[in-house]
Amino acid sequence: MALIQVVDLKKEYTTEDVATPVLGGLNFSIEKGEFVAIMGPSGSGKSTLMHILGFLDTLTTGKYIFEDKDVSTLDDDELAEMRGSKVGFVFQAFNLLNRVGAKDNVVLPLLYTKASGAERDRRGTELLAQVGLSHRMNNTPGQLSGGEKQRVAIARALINNPEIIFADEPTGNLDSKSGLQVMKILQELNEQGHTIILVTHEKYTAEHAKRILLIHDGLIVSDELVKNRQIAKDKSELSK
Amino acid sequence: MVIFDNLRNAWRLLRQNKVRSFLTMLGIIIGVMAVVVIMSVGAGAQSLIVNQFKSMGTNLVGVLPGKSDEKGPPASVMGIVVTTLKDDDRKAFDNGEIPHILASTSYVRGIDTVTSGDNKTDTNFLGTSAGYPNVEEINLEFGRYFTEEEEKGNAKVAVIGSTVAKALFPDADPLGKNVKIKKTIFQIIGVAKERGRSGFQDQDNQIFVPLSTAQKLLLGINYVNFMRVKVDSADNISEVEEFIKIKLREQHNITNPDNDDFSVRSTNQGIEAISSVTNGLKFFLAAIAAISLVVGGIGIMNIMLAAVEERTKEIGLRKAVGAKSRQIIAQFLVETILITFTGGVIGIIIGSGISILVASIAKNMGYSWDLVITPSSIILGCIVSIVIGIVFGVTPARHAARLNPIEALRHE
Repeated sequence: MALIQVVDLKKEYTTEDVATPVLGGLNFSIEKGEFVAIMGPSGSGKSTLMHILGFLDTLTTGKYIFEDKDVSTLDDDELAEMRGSKVGFVFQAFNLLNRVGAKDNVVLPLLYTKASGAERDRRGTELLAQVGLSHRMNNTPGQLSGGEKQRVAIARALINNPEIIFADEPTGNLDSKSGLQVMKILQELNEQGHTIILVTHEKYTAEHAKRILLIHDGLIVSDELVKNRQIAKDKSELSK
Repeated sequence: MVIFDNLRNAWRLLRQNKVRSFLTMLGIIIGVMAVVVIMSVGAGAQSLIVNQFKSMGTNLVGVLPGKSDEKGPPASVMGIVVTTLKDDDRKAFDNGEIPHILASTSYVRGIDTVTSGDNKTDTNFLGTSAGYPNVEEINLEFGRYFTEEEEKGNAKVAVIGSTVAKALFPDADPLGKNVKIKKTIFQIIGVAKERGRSGFQDQDNQIFVPLSTAQKLLLGINYVNFMRVKVDSADNISEVEEFIKIKLREQHNITNPDNDDFSVRSTNQGIEAISSVTNGLKFFLAAIAAISLVVGGIGIMNIMLAAVEERTKEIGLRKAVGAKSRQIIAQFLVETILITFTGGVIGIIIGSGISILVASIAKNMGYSWDLVITPSSIILGCIVSIVIGIVFGVTPARHAARLNPIEALRHE
């Protein structure tokens, strides 16, 4: 059974009675444990697709089945519940709260669950260690580098043990070294069994995934496995 | 606990923007402070008046012209001059028929600039019966009070208060000297001992003259302003009151008590009447102060709407990581309530400080002013500030909760 199954998914934005089609009838499915890149130029509809798959937006017609559940029938609270328990987001702009420390940022999603204070603290510490930021627990985003911020964001995306991690241009605001680090973490997470959906317009970044869904003007142009997959390594490893 | 996290988060925000938080709270601080001060100073002023009544003695019965409700203020307080009460009415009940009446006096009042030689001073003159010293506590420093014979004979004699004595005769002994009141020359036969202030009135800035003299020569009237009767014991007050009423109805040919053209009150009734007036005034002022709370609340609503706008991205993020609409509402509501509640607490503290200051100044000036900060006004201040937070926080909170997470995340 596929984790995600999309059948003839269409999305239109209606402004002042003019309907603008964004996604025009998509069909695909994603299995548990996959690492899929949704690739396309800006305006292709890839972000809209990610928003729908991530329960942030709703489709106009068609079907989106997530773990046997028809998502289009869910109300706002149920969608929020899905966002809080099934998915984690990594954004291009990090989207961290500037006034609180790294650990408080990581545990933010747990505020909307029943997790106790001690549980939150334990999970936050654990995940920051996993992304290599044990020494940055209480630093605010202003005191962190771009790469560190994105690693905090990844830790935040992991805190609820989500089924899928959505990464929307995660390297877009980073230098190449930090970008590599982020891709390396995502690949490692995939190795550990996490399903990852990466949204990017760069072919090079997309090639870190195992499968690429190429989108153009709201339609899937190609859906292929990556032949020459990029494996992100730290510079120290590259120089070996 | 989500509510605890919200509080912690809200408190952190409040502390990170100290100046803004303070300015936001200012309306609530001022409003709550004003309410607390008005309630406390009002109660203090009330105590001042009540204490004044009590200092006259609780064994007094007053007779006032004009009908009035049991607890309401007498007609004369409203500025209405009723001319139906005569000194003969007093003589009708103070005739030795019942033993509980110790003494009684009628009063007329006037104001004039009195002169003696080159000196002059503005003062009150009080026309009283000869029994006045037996009704109110007045002691004479020098000389004597006038007698019943002098009163009957319209004698032009006067007893002056110590303030008047100092003003008119700074160096000389006033006894036997003359003082001119409204073009009539009076001979000074006594000087009262200093009595101090009573309420807002300087009891020493007074001249006492015989009632009949004041009526005929100074005021040109035949009625009296009011009467006081001293009763032997507080237990007998109602008996005396009833007796006076019967006698006055006889005098005025009244058969139906509903048609009474006078009112008889004990000091306690007077205290109640004054309290009802001052209470009304106090709550009226507090209501005006409450308007500033509403204005402050609107200001807070405005700031919170701006805060929602400013933190759109944060709201989008929170929604993206699973926050439901009601959790966003709770967050902003808690923030608003924390601001108004903190403002309320600060207002209570400052208001209490001002009340203590006013009370100590009043006490230093010799007023018998009680410091009254009731727990009810503190609890009221807290509750009102929380309610304001809820009322004016709902709109910004709902505004935040309605944001679309995608648009909110894209917001710059």
